[in-house]
This record gives sequence, structure tokens and C-alpha cells, in this order.
Amino acid sequence: MLEVEGLAKSFGGVRAVQGVTFSVAAGEIVALIGPNGAGKSTCFNMLNGQLRPDSGRIVISGRNSTGLPPRKVARLAVGRTFQVAQTYGSMTVRENVQMALIAHRREFFGLWRRASDLHVEEAMALLDRVGMAEQADRSCGVLAYGDAKRVELAVALAGGPKLLLMDEPTAGMAPAERTALMALAASLARAQGIAILFTEHDMDVVFTHAERVLVLDRGRIIAQGTPETVRADPAVRAVYLGSTAPVGASHAGS
Amino acid sequence: MDFIVVQFLNGVASASSLFLVASGLTVIFGVTRVVNFAHGSFYMLGAYMAYTLTSQLPRGSLGFWGGVIGAALVIGLVGALLEFVLLRRLYRAPELFQLLATFGVVLVVQDLTLWTWGPEDLLASRPLSLRGAVDVMGRSVPVYDLVLIAVGPVVLAALHLLFHKTRWGTLVRAATQDREMVEALGVEQSRLFTAVFFLGSLLAGLGGALQLPREAASLNMDLAQITEAFVVVVVGGMGSILGAYLAALLIAILQAFGIAIFPKITLVLMFLVMAVVLAVRPYGLLGRPQAVARVGGSSLAVALRPAGSWSKTAAAVVVAVLALSPLVLGDYSMTVLTEVTILALFAASLHFLMGPGGVVSFGHAAYFGVGSYAVAMAIKYSGLPMLVAVVGSPVAAGMLGVAVGWFCVRLSGVYLAMLTLAVAQIVWSTAIQWDGLTGGDNGLLGIWPDDWARGRWVFYLVILTISAGGILLLRRAIFAPFGYALRAARDAPLRAEASGINPGIVQWAAFVLSSALAGVAGGLFALAKGGVFPTYVAIGRSIDALLMVLLGGVATVTGPLVGTAVFVALQDELSRFTNVWRFILGCVIILMVLAFPEGVVGFAARWRRDPDA
Ligand SMILES: Nc1ncnc2c1ncn2[C@@H]1O[C@H](COP(=O)(O)OP(=O)(O)O)[C@@H](O)[C@H]1O
Ligand SMILES: [Mg+2]
Repeated sequence: MLEVEGLAKSFGGVRAVQGVTFSVAAGEIVALIGPNGAGKSTCFNMLNGQLRPDSGRIVISGRNSTGLPPRKVARLAVGRTFQVAQTYGSMTVRENVQMALIAHRREFFGLWRRASDLHVEEAMALLDRVGMAEQADRSCGVLAYGDAKRVELAVALAGGPKLLLMDEPTAGMAPAERTALMALAASLARAQGIAILFTEHDMDVVFTHAERVLVLDRGRIIAQGTPETVRADPAVRAVYLGSTAPVGASHAGS
Repeated sequence: MDFIVVQFLNGVASASSLFLVASGLTVIFGVTRVVNFAHGSFYMLGAYMAYTLTSQLPRGSLGFWGGVIGAALVIGLVGALLEFVLLRRLYRAPELFQLLATFGVVLVVQDLTLWTWGPEDLLASRPLSLRGAVDVMGRSVPVYDLVLIAVGPVVLAALHLLFHKTRWGTLVRAATQDREMVEALGVEQSRLFTAVFFLGSLLAGLGGALQLPREAASLNMDLAQITEAFVVVVVGGMGSILGAYLAALLIAILQAFGIAIFPKITLVLMFLVMAVVLAVRPYGLLGRPQAVARVGGSSLAVALRPAGSWSKTAAAVVVAVLALSPLVLGDYSMTVLTEVTILALFAASLHFLMGPGGVVSFGHAAYFGVGSYAVAMAIKYSGLPMLVAVVGSPVAAGMLGVAVGWFCVRLSGVYLAMLTLAVAQIVWSTAIQWDGLTGGDNGLLGIWPDDWARGRWVFYLVILTISAGGILLLRRAIFAPFGYALRAARDAPLRAEASGINPGIVQWAAFVLSSALAGVAGGLFALAKGGVFPTYVAIGRSIDALLMVLLGGVATVTGPLVGTAVFVALQDELSRFTNVWRFILGCVIILMVLAFPEGVVGFAARWRRDPDA
């Protein structure tokens, strides 16, 4: 599904990401963890085309996507959610999803038909799945933050993705909401065979949902494997706690 | 060789005054982020004030310099007063409303100046010591030019010392670089802002005062100067003083040679320089990237709703009443109504770009003007039937939109505003200078409708049908997928990209659609007025369009239409019954910005707690 080889990116003198290699299989749920500044967002931004890597190769569904702009990467069935939810504040919840459906079908140069009459049922079905159907007619600009994140999930799903990139999907949410959102994303993904690559600070969320964990530190992958192997890895413990206590015993990161 | 040296010196001398004004503008912008249109008015006031002071003070060098410096100080105080009374209430308002308010100040100052100093141009005499000329390579160069040549670097050095060697200057520089620091200043902030306005306005006043012996003080110095100063600031990079000096030198020297070699090019030259610089370096020679302009602030995050059945009926009734109005209205009222009908389309086209698109065009008159000249030329030179000629107007204006839009979607904020303004100025000077084709200042007359449309009812119906059709198209587009994609690109460009939309292409297409419809409005205007004139492209018309949109409210769909009616009514009534309409209009604009920063319809909509406006 996703193969990344030797990915590297520097900002001025800062080597944000260096020589990162990994892959994600179809339908697999993979967590990318690491302390703040490890290079997780930079990785995501390269995968989704927002940043051009200095070197390395990204292959999505067998197609080389290195250096493609985000809109072209999106056409390779890649959905994305952002660390800070990106929704259209001047549209209603339903219109946000409709816009994504319209964009996916490349109908966005239409000048006459009303956008809000297009793909209504499909949009409502997506909102129903993320539990936002009751709020469909509210303006997205006034939503609670957790709700905006759910809308974003529906929007990302509207493009029929095979791979979902979620950068800190639960950042800024209350603990109870966090588990719920990730559980929702994971169950939707499993039902439809969508692969997810996500970053997350909350270790409970990571160890509950990830099938595989990649650990990034100072731009390099220092460990990867099942949650159990990673949790036991001494290098990971050193990075997270500077001690030998098992990772996840307390909430690492910030 | 002597020609080159003399023109070079001439250019450097002109650069000084330009630099003074531009440096003031750039310092004010750097710290307060206010784009101060009234800065040109301070330049003008500086010249008038210097005239008064130098003619009161005893003759001689002392009196002259005393008058110049006194004028600069007075203007500095006026600037500080403006900040204290008006602008500090607007720092949190969207950038555009600040601009609008300072434009209101421009209007007020124009009439105050007219009252105080009268309509005549005023030329001051130079003191004897500055009257002579010096022989440079066999040609004479005025002594005063040499003085001016020295003034530029002296002021540049003084500003450098001020900003690098004093505590206050360090504070100003820190505030320019770090917005958050400014917020954290608290009470200090308001004192800093007032002081910065004092300094900036003083520099503008000094520029005007020093220019007085070279150029008479006149009532149209303000807008001419502010346009040039904007170009200098943008070319140099917003907030950079050294950049402003380099840009002033570059532009003034090119101008000096331009005048000598190919006079026709001078008006356009400066804007060509700017367009080239911005295309290569989008933030100017020494500028750095700035945050994107906040077009409508939070007021834009209101969901737009299409017209309900009630609103649709109301719109149909309005159109029906308009269609029947020629039966009851007199000739004068019909002229005004025709104008409102056409300008409503013009305002709606700008609104489409500014509101849903979030792209502010400061020179929308360019497309209006190109459309009007296209129709006029098609009728005058090719004798085409009226309706065929009218079809040419969106084509011509749309083609200009294709070219300009390509640059515009790569720029943002003030740079975008300035590039669009520059294009309008290029079109304007082309209209004036290419007189073989455009009739120059006299314009093209005798552009009348075809015989079948001469009757006033038929003619108004034609105008109404085309204007209302254009407005309906824009309205549909706002609620169609295209308008949604445009808002998507404005609200969350990252999300739009990640959904497969190319925000640049969508905005570019909107730019073309908007300019094409502005062109249609221009074409109709030419027919309604029976001619075209360079004033159709003048900066004033671009500002009129902005006022109409902003008065009505950017975040609403009906806003621009109401705004047009309010604006034309105000301007028309005022100029009919008083000769101080600029003063009153300026005050009204200022009060409106203070009272309803969301525009009239935006305010009404919030008041009714009903987003369906
Ligand atoms: N646009 C940028 N310009 C300069 N440095 C950056 C930029 N983006 C990220 N960095 C740097 O790259 C490193 C990795 O950052 P990031 O990918 O955001 O980490 P994470 O998401 O893991 O917290 C950090 O040192 C950060 O300061
Ligand atoms: Mg991050």
C-alpha cells in the first residue's frame, strides 16, 4: 500500500527526517510515535505531498508519488486529517462533506446547480458513520473541537481512501473523547479495509489500536514492531523516559 | 555622457522626497500593520503647511528651513492625532476596514485643504541661497537638487541610528519583527503606535515640504503620491527602510531617463518595474513573507445560505419594479437608476472575488475600464451593433484577468492589493497616453446605443436584463460547486488541496470570471454615458467599488447590491446639494467603519441573528 524508502528532509541546518524507511500493508493500522520534534509531522507532510523530500522515494499503491502535490496524492486514494483540524468554517457540517465529495468527483467548476443539493444522501451516510448526522446543518465554524475532528474524519473518508494519514488525530481533545475517536476511525477502517498511518502522543490510544508501531527519534526510526516488542525495547524506553520502566506505564510525550 | 550624468542626478534628487514619504509609510506599516491611505494626504498637507510657514517667516535660508521643519513637525502631530482619535479603534478590525477608514480620512482632508488654502496651486519661492545652479559637465543642475540629493542619505542614516542606537528604535524593530511581542506590550503598545504614527507622518510632511520648491502644492498631490509611495514600499519590501531607499532610487532614476528618452512610458514605467519585481520576488527587494491579509476577519466564518422562497419573491418584485420604473421616473432619476443598476453588477463582480474568493482587488476599475473601452472602440471604429460590441467587453476584460490573475494567485495581502492597483494604473495611463486609439484625456464620445434601443424604456430594459443576468450568474456561482470550491480554498487551503482541489486554479478562474463581468458593467456604462473617459479606470473608481462592497458587507451576498445603492445615493445626493460632499462622504465612511465593521447588511443580518442575508 505505502512504501517509503530513504526519506530525508532538512530545514536549513535542522535534519528533521533522515533516511526513514518503512512500509504499510493494505488495511494495516500503524502508529508513528516519537517525542516532540522527532519529525513525525514532517514525515506526514512529505507523504501527503505538502513538502518535497530532499531525497528518498514514496510509493503509494504501486505508483511513485515522490514530489507530487497534495491534490495529486489525494487522487491516489489517500485521505488526510491534520494536527489542527482543517474544516471550512463558512460551510455547514454537511456542506463540508459534500464539498469533499464534489472535489473527489472533480465537479467543482459547476456554475449553476446548487452544491448543497449534490450528494446529500452520501454525505449524510458519512456523517452518520462518524456520529455527526444530528449536527449536519450547523455551521462548521461554531463546532466544539472534538466535533470538528469528527467532521474532518468524514471529509477524509469521502474521497474513498485506501490509506488514511492522521497526524495527531486526538490532539487537543479530552481523554475520553480521544479513545472514542480513534476507536471510531479504527473500526471504520477495519470495516472497509482502509490502511491507517497515525501519530499519537497518548500511549493508551497507540497500544490499543495500532497493529504495528514505528518509533521515530531525531529524524530516524529507532525501533519498529508489534506494540509489545516496541514497549519492551530498551532504546525506546531510553528515549521516552530515560529509564527502564516500560513505555505506556505513564503517559509519555506532551 | 553629460546627458546620462544630469539625468542621473535629477533622478536621485527626485528619489529623496519619494523615499521620505515611503519610509514613513513603511515604518507605520511595519509596526502597526495599518496600510495608511491618508499618508499621501500628509504629504500634501506638508507642502501646504510649508507654503504657509515659509511665507509667514522672514525670507532667507533660516526662514525656509524653519518653515520646512515646522511643517514636518505639525504634520507629525496631525498623524499622531489621527492615530489617537481614529485608528487605534481599528487595530483589531480587518485590514480592509482600516484601509477604508484611512480612505475616508483622505476625502475629509481634501475638502479641509480646499477650504483652508483654496483651489489654486501654490508655489513657494526658494531662498536666494538655494536658487542658483551648478555647472555639471557643461549642463546646469539646480543647487536645490543637490540639497535634495543629500537629504535622502542623511535621513536614511538618521533613521538607521534611531532604529539601531536607541532603546525606542530597538523596540520599534522588535515590534516590526515579532507581532506577538507587540501584543504583549499592553499599555506601552498604544504609546508606541502613536509615536510611530508621529514619526511616519513627520517624514511624509517633510517629503511634501521639501518638494514644494520643485513642484506647486496642489489638491491632487495626495493620491498621486500615495500610489507612488505604495509602489516604492512594495518594491522595496514592506517594513524595510533600506529597501524603500533602494526602490525609490531605482524608480526615480528610471523615471528620469524615461521622461528624457520616451516620455510616453513614464506613467507606466513605475508599475512595470513593480510588476517585474513582484513576479520575481513576491515580497519585494528586501522584504520578508508576511501573514495573509485577514479579509473579513471572523465575520466571514458565517455560513452563507441561498435565498429562501421569500427572498426570491422579494428579488423578483424588485426587478419588476425596476423594469417598470421608466414609466414613472423623470429623466434625472432614470440616469441615476441606470448608473446604480450597472454599478451593482460591477460591485457584485468585485464581491465575488473578495468575499467567497478572499482575493482583494484594489484595481477592479482596470477590468471595468477595459470593458468600456472595448465597447467604445468596437462601436466607434468598427461600427459593430451594440449587442455584439457588448459581447466584446467580457472577452477583453477577461483576457486581462487571465494575465493579471496568474500573478495574483501567487501573492497575498498587501502585495496582492498593490499589484492589482498597479495594473489599474497601467491601464489608466495607457488610456491617457495612447490618444490615437483612446482619445487620451478627452476620451471617446458619441458611443450611443443602436436605434432600436434609443427609447429610454427599451434601453433601461437592456441594461437591467444584462446587469441582473450577470448578478444572477454570480449568485448562482456562489452557491454552485465553483463558489464552494472558492470558499474552500479561502477557508482551509490545506484541506482543499488534500481533497483534490487546486486552490490556485480555482482562484484564477474566479479572477477571470470576476474581471469579465466587471468588463460587462464597463461596457454598459460606456453606452449609458455615451462615451468613455480615462476616469473610468482611475483609482477613484476602484475605490468606489471597494466602498460599495464594504458598505454592504463582504460576508453577505446581497450586501454589494445594497452597498451600491447606498453609495450612489450618498454621493449623488451630497454632490447635488452641497459642495463639501467629499468631507461628508469621508465622515460617513469613517463612522460606518467604526459603527458597523461588518457592513450594513452584515450588521443587519447579525442583528436579526439570521445568516440568510
Ligand atoms: N517548516 C519548518 N521550518 C524549519 N524547521 C522545521 C519546520 N518544520 C519542522 N521543523 C523542525 O523539524 C523538526 C521536526 O519537526 P516536526 O516534524 O514538526 O516534529 P513532530 O511532529 O514529531 O513533533 C523540529 O526540529 C522542527 O523544529
Ligand atoms: Mg507534529
